[in-house]
Amino acid sequence: MDKRFMTGNEAIAEAALQAGCRYYFGYPITPQNEIPEYMSRRLPEVGGTFLQAESEIAAIYMVYGASGSGARVMTSSSSPGISLKQEGISYIAAGELPCVIANIMRGGPGLGGIQPSQADYFQAVKGGGHGDYHLLVLAPSTVQEAVSLTMESFDLADKYRNPVMLLGDGFIGQMMEPVVFEKRPAVSLPAKDWACTGAKGRASNLVKTLNLDPAELEKHNIKLYEKYQKMRKDEVRLENYLTDDAEVVIAAYGSVARIAKTAIQALRQKGIKVGMIRPISLFPFPYQAFADIAKRVKKILVVEMSMGQMIEDVKLGVCGAAQVSFYGRVGGMVPSYEEIVAEIEKLVKVAP
Amino acid sequence: MITEMNNMERVFGRPESLRPVSTHYCPGCGHGIVNRLVAEVIDELGIREQTIGVAPVGCAVFLYNYLNVDMFEAAHGRAPAIATGCKRVHPNMTVFTYQGDGDLAAIGTAETIHAAARGENITTIFINNATYGMTGGQMAPTSLVGQKTTTSPTGRKIERAGYPIKMAELLATLDGPAYISRVSVSSAKYVVRAKQAIRKAFETQIKGLGYSLVEVLSPCPTDWHMTPAAAIEWLEENMLPHYPLGEFKVPQEAR
Ligand SMILES: Cc1ncc(C[n+]2csc(CCOP(=O)(O)OP(=O)(O)O)c2C)c(N)n1
Ligand code: SF4
Repeated sequence: MDKRFMTGNEAIAEAALQAGCRYYFGYPITPQNEIPEYMSRRLPEVGGTFLQAESEIAAIYMVYGASGSGARVMTSSSSPGISLKQEGISYIAAGELPCVIANIMRGGPGLGGIQPSQADYFQAVKGGGHGDYHLLVLAPSTVQEAVSLTMESFDLADKYRNPVMLLGDGFIGQMMEPVVFEKRPAVSLPAKDWACTGAKGRASNLVKTLNLDPAELEKHNIKLYEKYQKMRKDEVRLENYLTDDAEVVIAAYGSVARIAKTAIQALRQKGIKVGMIRPISLFPFPYQAFADIAKRVKKILVVEMSMGQMIEDVKLGVCGAAQVSFYGRVGGMVPSYEEIVAEIEKLVKVAP
Repeated sequence: MITEMNNMERVFGRPESLRPVSTHYCPGCGHGIVNRLVAEVIDELGIREQTIGVAPVGCAVFLYNYLNVDMFEAAHGRAPAIATGCKRVHPNMTVFTYQGDGDLAAIGTAETIHAAARGENITTIFINNATYGMTGGQMAPTSLVGQKTTTSPTGRKIERAGYPIKMAELLATLDGPAYISRVSVSSAKYVVRAKQAIRKAFETQIKGLGYSLVEVLSPCPTDWHMTPAAAIEWLEENMLPHYPLGEFKVPQEAR
């Protein structure tokens, strides 16, 4: 068993390597620098390519070029850098190019700060670039989960010919935990016969995104939409934590969900039955899980390191059937489990 | 008659790398000539099946409708980054970008300079027509001082818009590039030299010597609001003095 003690950032990089990623293009930014640093050391050892680009814009288009050439490729960055990549991400989604993009979020807006944050939820989930497109967005809550989701991301990207975003925060990136690298079972994936590899013995291939004929462009948008519908049907991932007997449910993802678990244990010791729904896939979002829980539980507390972003999707799922409250800390401030306990106590004290 | 023709040597024809379609370029546009020169060079080097091109955003965006090779369509200015990603995956392919002056010398300046500085083993064909052709003739980074465009209606003024950029000279100051030259397609004589330069650039890449770029002075009669003949004349009278032709960097084969 391949067991190691490493930071989330290093674990993501190693998991990518083990998933067959041989190309990395990126630009330094805190708090994810351990990813490019690890890649710069390890990729040459396995015959891969690490290239430090001149900007996040260049990096994402190097990803476009490498992916369009048929390779497994990734980039990583943190919030301001991910903003710069948005044009390229839109092109990559439009061109149906598989790749993995890790966003180790920090506080914003603007240059913001370098401490953990979840303020890029809207950007990641609703489409930060122009046009009707979606990324598959996966949010790990432990370093071990970062490993398994990173590995899976490459398969999902190839399966759907779609960019996958691994959405972590500074905590996930910087935290050290023991992790196990397990071989993923090989999955059968579609051949990349569309890639640019030199038109030898076949008609030439073209990777493009321009469609001047509105009817053609509409058709392309519908094709992409059908892909997103398939993801909505097949790729929803979530964790139900002690929801069976819960009278109040917390909704949280990523590292906030870990803090929420501690809060839930403390609350249960006080006799307050609290559970949690932890979305793992943020797109597709587990709306149904919230619709189901709202039939029974009438109080939901959304906790985020933002001023309230995922709460909009929770409300869409709940659809008025339960009261949805919010607690958030921002700017790199992290909610403590005591704060979450206090919020829940406030909620249960008020008569429904 | 037919047998007679069969006995004749074929001295001129459509290159295999050029699809049998008519182009969307305006009459008198330089793009069509350069598209063809690239196709001829690819044929002559016998690399059609080992070539991957990157089309720009600009009037040449449909380059892939004309060249019969694997191609990418880039975002505006990003062709060198895409070519870099491609070349790193396929080091044995000949990878080239084809870019206008807005694409290469304005929005994509960083990608251009850094691909060159890395000595990225790719080739760039750079069409300098001193204007933004596709968007209707706005001022380009290469528009001449005094040149009237839709966004410099009284002529480019230094006080407001600064100076045109000489990309070939600028890039030649870097250590990364192996071959940098500037050519023109304003006369038959120049077209012949332009093709030689394009060939040399591709050969530089095939030999693995590093980054190569050919800047091509090219008429845009439509956005210059001139007849094709007048556009050629304007190019030779105004662009040639500011943008001298020649080789600014040649490969050091023994490197
Ligand atoms: C990000 C972005 N900004 C602006 C445009 C609009 N645009 C399309 S082509 C072009 C200029 C093209 O000029 P040039 O590169 O000189 O090529 P030419 O058309 O003259 O051959 C511009 C500004 C775009 N497509 N994308
Ligand atoms: S607008 Fe100018 S550059 Fe574009 S096709 Fe017409 S003549 Fe050529």
